[in-house]
Amino acid sequence: MTLRSPLRQAVGLGSAKSGTAHWWAQRVSAVALVPLALWFIFSLLLLPNLDYATARAWLQVPTTGFLAILLVGVIAYHSYLGTVVIVEDYAHEEGFKVLGLLLLRFVHVLAAGAAIFAILRVAFGT
Amino acid sequence: MPVRARPISPHLKIYRWQIGNTLSIMHRLTGVGLSIGFLALTYWFVAMAGDPQGYGFAAHLFGTPVGLIAMLAWSFAFFYHLLNGVRHLFWDAGYGFGRSERHASGWLAVAGALLLTLGAWTLLWHFGRL
Repeated sequence: MTLRSPLRQAVGLGSAKSGTAHWWAQRVSAVALVPLALWFIFSLLLLPNLDYATARAWLQVPTTGFLAILLVGVIAYHSYLGTVVIVEDYAHEEGFKVLGLLLLRFVHVLAAGAAIFAILRVAFGT
Repeated sequence: MPVRARPISPHLKIYRWQIGNTLSIMHRLTGVGLSIGFLALTYWFVAMAGDPQGYGFAAHLFGTPVGLIAMLAWSFAFFYHLLNGVRHLFWDAGYGFGRSERHASGWLAVAGALLLTLGAWTLLWHFGRL
């Protein structure tokens, strides 16, 4: 017979741990992406072409630059949350999993940083 | 306290194939595809901030057969992930769990994604932008 309570034996065993925060963040970013992504697609479809001058002129419009930065930020966040779950689901070996999670975080921050910096460079014309 | 076998998820190898799990797997696959698409999008913005030669090279890459197939796949993945994502949001709010509703919304997501993909590329072709 053990003196440990049933609660003590259950705590920490579940896969969720801090599940709701992740789940909720995934949903909030999904809701934000619906208008942002639709704006992006239709905004691009409406351009006469996508050559260098046209694309830059489009991105230099303040609203476009602002929304593009929001889009990149929310995509990176949503994509990070989603791919993390996939690594957690399929990478069973602990070292491999930690490496995968670390790599995902670096790649997402790097890509988002590069994209946002590029948008700012175009917007402010340097 | 007796230790019981903890419940586990349905195992893919013995799970009967049906529309529900197929669309769920597709949602995950298109999500991964779109994550890779995010890197392509980043490359496009970075190229735009660089010189015209670099941008021209990026435009050339997206215009190659492989590039066009990737763009076609990304556009379908985008529309499908969007529609099926909204389907998931309805479930999260507690709606649409009935058998016929699940099936109808599932087919709607697939058909809608195909139609929107076709529509977007028809628009591009119609205005001579391909």
